[in-house]
Amino acid sequence: MSEYTASEMMIVSASRALHSARSVLVGVGLPNIACNLARRTHAPDLILIYESGVLGAQPARLPLSIGDPTIVSGASWAGPMADLFLYILQGGWVDAALLGTAQIDRFGNLNSTVIGDYSSPKVRLPGSGGACDIAINARETFIITRLGKRTFVDVLDFQTTPGHLAGGRSRAEAGIPGAGPAQVITDLALFGFDLASGEMELASLHPGVELEQVEAGIDWPIKSHPGLGYTDPPSSEELRIIRQDLDPEGLYR
Amino acid sequence: MDSKLITMQQAVETYVQDGCSIAIEGFTAFISFAAAHEVIRQGRRDLCLIRMTPDLVYDQMIAAGTARKLIFSYLGNPGIGSLHAIRRAVEKGIPRPLELEEYSHFGMIGRYIAGASRLPFFPLRSYIGSDLPSVNPSIRMVPNPYGEGELAVVPPLNPDIAFIHAQRADREGNTQAWGLLGVQKEVAFAAKKVVVVVEALVDEDVIRADPNRTLIPGMVVEAVVHEPFGAHPSYVQGYYDRDNQQYLEWDEISRDHEATLAWLERWVYGVENRQAYLKLLPAGTLERLKPGSKPSLPVEYGEYR
Repeated sequence: MSEYTASEMMIVSASRALHSARSVLVGVGLPNIACNLARRTHAPDLILIYESGVLGAQPARLPLSIGDPTIVSGASWAGPMADLFLYILQGGWVDAALLGTAQIDRFGNLNSTVIGDYSSPKVRLPGSGGACDIAINARETFIITRLGKRTFVDVLDFQTTPGHLAGGRSRAEAGIPGAGPAQVITDLALFGFDLASGEMELASLHPGVELEQVEAGIDWPIKSHPGLGYTDPPSSEELRIIRQDLDPEGLYR
Repeated sequence: MDSKLITMQQAVETYVQDGCSIAIEGFTAFISFAAAHEVIRQGRRDLCLIRMTPDLVYDQMIAAGTARKLIFSYLGNPGIGSLHAIRRAVEKGIPRPLELEEYSHFGMIGRYIAGASRLPFFPLRSYIGSDLPSVNPSIRMVPNPYGEGELAVVPPLNPDIAFIHAQRADREGNTQAWGLLGVQKEVAFAAKKVVVVVEALVDEDVIRADPNRTLIPGMVVEAVVHEPFGAHPSYVQGYYDRDNQQYLEWDEISRDHEATLAWLERWVYGVENRQAYLKLLPAGTLERLKPGSKPSLPVEYGEYR
């Protein structure tokens, strides 16, 4: 079981990133598997929160979407979305949130709205959903996306969701309660953010990945953390849980 | 009290006019496709469609040319990908251009709450550092009247008509629902008129035996439509699962406008009503979608004399 895919490396990395969270706002796909993996390994008490209005979900099958009925049956709470956004999210009960994106800039600001001009877009993307609200109110966020120059851009086409804004203290000075992006999890490497400048920096390369590959997928000169090393590969136990229990059909392999 | 029971055909004839604003809500669950298809069949035009997640239901209505405007917060085929018909309208103006007014989920929830409680605005912690307010002037920032900083505000939303699907109601429209409650309660109180659409029509006694489960009081309901499987291909908790096959097929069909029109011809224009639609489904579909049993225990309310 030493062989693994880039998706599995992302799932395992996202799971490990939740080491200090008591509650996590879950997305579908990879994030969902990552959160369930965390619950099955290092964080058995992790509370899974779905923006559709569910707390303490224990899905009996891999949910097809964040609105899948399997997240309701057996959950500890299911209520109006108003309660979820007002009291649970804005009330400060969401420790961590996993977000996807179409574009990200060096400060972790995200675009999920349009490619091109807003009024006559080349590609119309889904929009915010809860992302903007979540990124502002969750204690911290983790962004999961594949590395590539179309995604890691110098300038966003549209800023849907605030990260560290213009860097430095600009996010806190704008009055945003949550701390913002803590980590960016990709198929080639993990990134953190420099505490002073708020700028993204390369934290670790996945095993077998060269620095040049990472640099080639980013549209600005990426800085490296002084302690740059290699990501620990998935353990055989992590791979076993993903393959046997969480994604037996290999939909996210 | 007189029965409010009518057919879907009567409901749309009576409550949906050309140019009106209409909300068919339900977050992945409880989506009244039966209402949407009847609106398409009756050829309504220039509607303002309101819904947090337009989903297939509005992709179909927009492909059919019913809409001039869409108010929303997330344009996706949940768990699958894009809504191609809406993208075609936005990117290419096919079958007609579509005006967009977009929020985040929290913003839409806030608009319904303000609408339901007849307040001029709803304050929320969001939109700071987002470009959304720059493309939607209805999202504004106001100073905190009691302290430091600014808050975002959104205006009330009061749809002319809302269709709300649920598990059961009595003939007065007292409506009980369980599962993902979404914004069903908020939109019911915000809308000027409400039609509830239910899987089961029950006696008043059933409602009165569990008043905490009543999400929408009959007082605010204009009409009740009894339409089993009226939310297919979305789902109703405990009654049927989402027909994910249709969501996947729509992803293919809706990529092409002509194929989309052919689909509408067969599944919407080509059938008289929801019962006829259900007969078109492949044999065994409804049985396949039936979930296993996982009941809750009854609760003791007590008899107080």
